[in-house]
Amino acid sequence: MFAAFVAPNLFLFAVFSYWPLIQNAYLSFVEWDFISPEKLWVGLDNWQRVLTEPQFWTIAKTTFVFTTVSVGSLLGLGLALALLLNQPLRGRDGARAALFAPTILSGSAIALVWIFMFDPSWGIIRVLLEAVGMQSPRWLTDITWALPAIIIVYVWKNLGYTVVIFLAGLQSIPKELHDAARVDGAGPWQRFRNVTLPGLGPISFFLLVTNILASFQSFDIVKVMTGGGPVIATTTLIYQMYQEGFVAYHAGSAAVYALVLFFLMLAATTFQLRFVQRRVAYS
Amino acid sequence: MATSRRSAVVRPSVTILSPRLARRLWRAAGYAGIAIALLVVCLPLYWMLTAAVKTNREIYTLPPDWIPLAPTLQNFADAWNAAPFGRFYANSIVLTVVGTTVKMLNAIFSAYAFAFLRFPKRDVVFVIVLAALMIPEEATILPNYLTMANFGWVNTFPGLLLPGFVSAFGTFLLRQHFLGLPREVLDAARVDGAGHLRILRSIVVPMSRPVLATLLLLSVVNRWNDFLWPLIITNTSDMRTLPIGIYFLFSQEGNTVWGVVMAGTLFVVLPLLVLFLAVQRHIVAGIAAGAVKG
Repeated sequence: MFAAFVAPNLFLFAVFSYWPLIQNAYLSFVEWDFISPEKLWVGLDNWQRVLTEPQFWTIAKTTFVFTTVSVGSLLGLGLALALLLNQPLRGRDGARAALFAPTILSGSAIALVWIFMFDPSWGIIRVLLEAVGMQSPRWLTDITWALPAIIIVYVWKNLGYTVVIFLAGLQSIPKELHDAARVDGAGPWQRFRNVTLPGLGPISFFLLVTNILASFQSFDIVKVMTGGGPVIATTTLIYQMYQEGFVAYHAGSAAVYALVLFFLMLAATTFQLRFVQRRVAYS
Repeated sequence: MATSRRSAVVRPSVTILSPRLARRLWRAAGYAGIAIALLVVCLPLYWMLTAAVKTNREIYTLPPDWIPLAPTLQNFADAWNAAPFGRFYANSIVLTVVGTTVKMLNAIFSAYAFAFLRFPKRDVVFVIVLAALMIPEEATILPNYLTMANFGWVNTFPGLLLPGFVSAFGTFLLRQHFLGLPREVLDAARVDGAGHLRILRSIVVPMSRPVLATLLLLSVVNRWNDFLWPLIITNTSDMRTLPIGIYFLFSQEGNTVWGVVMAGTLFVVLPLLVLFLAVQRHIVAGIAAGAVKG
């Protein structure tokens, strides 16, 4: 009975998760263009070539900037909005739902809407910037502004998730703690620092790790908005993996990029699991 | 008023304001902050909606019309004719319905087995499933494509669907939930002679509705919006799903007929937007509950 219940899932895991991981490692040691019958064993050549290309480090840096700025903005803005929504304000449930809405929409469709808005001649963002006396950059075709544009869209789309989770965290802090602090004469800022922030510790950590993992996997917005360009200004690790594998047909390089991404994400997840394990041990 | 302001300068502390005034200021700041956030979130959606019903001439007007002067549905007809949206819808629905159903069944059966059935080395097997959570789609996508190519399943429904059938997260989440169900009820059913399938169908599933609903909605959203795998595994427009189809519509039509492209994006997001409005309370509450517990 056990076997019958679990077998389909296990079989699919073997075929589509574990076996591919091994095969990916193998592909990173061969040179192959997806077509020729022979896969040429080249040892560490792919690794050496990819890791010594200046392009790799540009892409790694872009990924780093994208991840830190996006995740930083998500956590900062998310906490601020959650604190606002945690007040007894009218219509806050509706506001919470509206903020969450973009997270369920297709990234590819949303990216198109923002291309339209970022249009340097006819876009609404140009109109709004000029209304406050600023000139609009040529967002998506400008090497300096393309990545910020992508980050804006990414944060816009994903902020609602962070807000909702922070809000749940705030509401799980016992009210008595706040009351006790108030009785002891703590002002709003002291209560925030000594009650709210420590109470949000575990959930902030959870959000930090999940947001980092999600940002590493962000693909659709980049693909639709810039295609990794101009030049390689918005090419992240995952985008380069796609580019090497499914556009340039370099199986070896694509496998290297996939594994670099895998190890980065593994590090983040292990970090989280060790942290969570300590908490779970007591419950 | 003047005195309170002067003393605030001398001792810059919020507590110096009368508590009522402080509370009011805080409230006002709260409303203002939320209003700004809502404007920023809603503007793109509003702009998409209005562009979809504007004529091309009105779209290329500066300053822009905030409210469409002569709303038209022509863009929707043009978009529908510019790309096989009927096909895209059919493909997206198949991917979402079949993909979600199989994934959910997989999760439910696996979770039940790991929670209630005895088996040698059960915990080792569970760790194998759990560890798969650490293998992201991106690290397997290249070999998975090659597997599909070997089977001749590139650009077919099996190719589109199969890798999405696995469930690691759902299995984990449901197992945790099942373990929390009252043991006595399950034991009583077993004493009454109910088999595992019967217990699963008439006790475990009905008692787990909220968590199942959350999982179901998450899966529906992910399937419907999935981009990377459908992009890679399909190569003709009759196999494309909506997110891929709209992307190709844009790359063909370019950024000249924005009304048509925005009408197309509405085709993509409208079903989920409607679903979300109908059940948003469950989605938001379910996701929040999952994070706080886990």
